[in-house]
Amino acid sequence: MVKRVLSSTALGRTGVSDWLVQRVSALIMLAYVVFMLGFYLGHSSIDFGTWHGLFASTWMRVFNVLLLLSVLGHAWIGIWTVLTDYVKCAYLRGTLQILIILGFLACLVWGIQIFWV
Amino acid sequence: MQKKRPVNLNLFTIRFPITAISSILHRISGVILFFSIVFLLYVLQQSLASADSFAAIQTTLSQPVARFFTWVVLSAVAFHAIAGVRHLFMDMGYGEGKDSGRLGAYLVIIFSILVIVALGVRLW
Repeated sequence: MVKRVLSSTALGRTGVSDWLVQRVSALIMLAYVVFMLGFYLGHSSIDFGTWHGLFASTWMRVFNVLLLLSVLGHAWIGIWTVLTDYVKCAYLRGTLQILIILGFLACLVWGIQIFWV
Repeated sequence: MQKKRPVNLNLFTIRFPITAISSILHRISGVILFFSIVFLLYVLQQSLASADSFAAIQTTLSQPVARFFTWVVLSAVAFHAIAGVRHLFMDMGYGEGKDSGRLGAYLVIIFSILVIVALGVRLW
């Protein structure tokens, strides 16, 4: 029988849900990487004005928030799997997981603050 | 029950197939990216705060050590993304067999090396 406690801190609570979140977030991040690569290759030099101007647009703010949610969700599912594999002590694993979740929430707020330049 | 069963848990005595190497590199690059989240957010913040902080972070990132870490993080992004695309193909049913799986892992590693070398050339 699969231990219920193992999935209690998983992002989507079930493997299928985590699988889907991992794929959707991956596609968003892939789109962002391709876009940024295109932006980089499309400019011979990027000064502060160009850079700031890109991030000040509304669609870029939306794209950035989507990216950050994808990064944090994707990283959480990945790190959860790694911790479950290697950290055998449940108390230590739980403590690490809670600390990482709190850190990720802080990153989310901080990131949104950065994007509203 | 048989008392002396053969045990081989020393991972260094096992020759890993290419698929296993691709898999562990995917995991290692993911952990590297996890640790880089905070640094990347900080760099982004500095690059957007003002023209002065943009110039300052540009100077900081051109230091040899920072340049090396930038290369490591970008390499991790490249490998993780390329290995991730292989996963998406396998989700669609391509490259799941023994031979096609090995081919996929080889393609991931070869393509990643090319991208990582190109990143290094661009950074130095």
